[in-house]
Amino acid sequence: MTLDRRTFLTGAAAVGVAASTDLLSFAKAWAATNSWKPEAGAELRITRWRRYLEAEDKAFMAITEAFTKATGTKITVVSENWDDIQPKASVAVNVGSGPDMFWGLFSLPHLFPDHAVDVTDVANYLGGKYGGWIGASPTFGRSGDKWICIPVAVNGNYINYRISAMKKAGFSEFPTTNAAFLELCKALKANNTPAGMPLGRATADANAWLHWALWSHNASLVDEKGKVIIDAPETADALRYVKALYETFLPGTASWLDPTNNAAFAAGECYLTNNGCSIYQNALAQSKVPEGADAAAKDQAAKMAALAADMDHAVYPIGVAGKPTELQLAFPLVAFKYTKYPQACKAFMAFLMEANQMNPWLESSRGYLTQTLNAYDSNPVWTSDPKIKIFREATARSLWPGFRGALDRRAAAALADFILVDMFASVCTGRSNEKEAMANAARSAQRIYR
Amino acid sequence: MSLIMNAQVATKPETPVRRSRWMALSGNRNWQAIWFMLPAVAFLILFLAYPLAYGVWLSFTDTRMGSPGEFIGLGNYIWLMDDPVFIIAVMNTLIFTAGASIFKFVIGFYLAILLNKRLPFKALIRAVVLLPWIVPTALSAIAFWWILDSQFSVISWSLKSIGLIDHNINFLGDRDLARASVIFANVWRGIPFIAITLLAGLQTVPVSLYEAATIDGASSWQMFRRITYPMLTPIIAVVMTFSVLFTFTEFQLIWVLTRGGPANATDLMATLSYQRAILGGQLGEGSAIAVAMIPFLLGAIMISWFGLQRQKWQQGNDQ
Repeated sequence: MTLDRRTFLTGAAAVGVAASTDLLSFAKAWAATNSWKPEAGAELRITRWRRYLEAEDKAFMAITEAFTKATGTKITVVSENWDDIQPKASVAVNVGSGPDMFWGLFSLPHLFPDHAVDVTDVANYLGGKYGGWIGASPTFGRSGDKWICIPVAVNGNYINYRISAMKKAGFSEFPTTNAAFLELCKALKANNTPAGMPLGRATADANAWLHWALWSHNASLVDEKGKVIIDAPETADALRYVKALYETFLPGTASWLDPTNNAAFAAGECYLTNNGCSIYQNALAQSKVPEGADAAAKDQAAKMAALAADMDHAVYPIGVAGKPTELQLAFPLVAFKYTKYPQACKAFMAFLMEANQMNPWLESSRGYLTQTLNAYDSNPVWTSDPKIKIFREATARSLWPGFRGALDRRAAAALADFILVDMFASVCTGRSNEKEAMANAARSAQRIYR
Repeated sequence: MSLIMNAQVATKPETPVRRSRWMALSGNRNWQAIWFMLPAVAFLILFLAYPLAYGVWLSFTDTRMGSPGEFIGLGNYIWLMDDPVFIIAVMNTLIFTAGASIFKFVIGFYLAILLNKRLPFKALIRAVVLLPWIVPTALSAIAFWWILDSQFSVISWSLKSIGLIDHNINFLGDRDLARASVIFANVWRGIPFIAITLLAGLQTVPVSLYEAATIDGASSWQMFRRITYPMLTPIIAVVMTFSVLFTFTEFQLIWVLTRGGPANATDLMATLSYQRAILGGQLGEGSAIAVAMIPFLLGAIMISWFGLQRQKWQQGNDQ
């Protein structure tokens, strides 16, 4: 019997039902032996990014419920638009009160390294048990020599493209170099099947592709010592390259935020963009015809099935840097020192990352989340569907905000201030020329890196 | 009984002293005024004066989110004077405020005059006109986001359907169109406030003045120029002051629609302040941007002041 995607998902659903009882019995056994005993009467509040996939959210909630039943620690989960998490964390840290834990984006904990609970013991335990941390995960987790957060997972951000449009543009394989990628985008535009990648302040998507564009030209915001080096010929090359790409995009990408490219791609307005695999997974989910569906619903389901069949994912091309230069969206979980229940926070972090929880959770997320611990590389989700296979490598291929320099408060602040995104956008929209844009970015960065 | 009475007599001399102190604080009308004002004063100090003073103090420090800063004098302001993004934000704020306020005033005033006439279903129409004002800003901003979306705009779709254009209008992706779009959204939202307030003002203008003018053969324009407009000047001053204040400090609409983009084209001082202080963590610098708004706001209040002065003159109280 061949294990295709549908068979796998059906099987996974059946396993999921059986797993819920397993989850509780594991949780009880785990609670009896784990190193971090939650404080008596502990109650945790967690603020997390709002889901993009329903199945992932359900699996996460099942884990929190099992933790509550096993340890008696009640957990309240509040989902927020992911752009709202950082402002809320900022206010909570500043006033010393708020949710015990924040599950945020990129380098959030590094904005407040002195306020985060030291979770070195949890990180060492998990790293030791599950084959070590992958790639830049320790960089995301550590501040100095201590871990200030647990890098729970990474949301792989890659090129989403329509296979038919790529072939019509004269490419049988997805291009692997920057030059060929630009040629593809030009051909897509000529065929009236344009590409589009966000240049607005889209936290995940704009940062992902614009950091790739910058780093692939061997440019970076700072050097290894934290000296600002953005005003450089390599950056000018990157700016020219991005402007050339922008000219092939469909109109409006300068205003695009994170959800915009999903909607444009799903609606057939855009034929190439950068995103997680949520467009594909949502298309698959919506391609199922509900019972008693009317003609319009059937038509929509058929459209989504056609979209899922005609799309695929590709890694970012390689530029003059000669190696992958990706910035993937890390999801770090941080507990702040104002919490009354630091042990309960640590216990939950460890519990969440144990194989019994992480494996079904990764499966439910269907490639949307990529593991940060080596042991989960063999999760069956990565062999369930060839179209999501590349997302397995997202953590290993990712660099970090402030790359070439350290991931610290300064790097986190520069990312939060959209210095690089604004630099590219100002050149593409004609607000500044390359020289002015680089000078402005350097000036803003120097303010942070002084 | 007599012993008790004697005791009462013996204790009597002390009572007036105690009561007089209490009377001074509770019975005296001047003190009563202070007691009544106290909650309001406490409220204003706690929620208005203290945050304002704290914000001004922060603007003189290099405070970052989560860590205390040091006093750096005018450091933040000197830095901002040379910051091209800040200059753009100031210019955007002035263009946004001036553009939106003028359109809101002209259309709002016209609407008020229309609504002051005899119309069928007058109450219903007035209620409908108020709708944009009632809808929460964030909600109307989301609606505008869809109306102005680069791919799914209903305006682009309609114009394409009737063959007037062959491609979508880049409302929020083009710098000038984005500026015009956010002004349009603000105008749509702000018109009811001006229209309804001016309508209330119009209804206070004595009908006898119009009757007299009609008898004298005045035209509609003359009646508007010589009666309506002068009689409404004080209320126009107040309404426009508030309108300018609301527009100058606009945040939600911009944040939902453009986040200040594309490339800072719609960044206002309020959005830039939030961006730098809360997202970028530079509380000192963000506060300096917010404090830099105060002189402009004071200017708007001065306009109101002179408007009210004119009211005195009109009433013959000019000394």
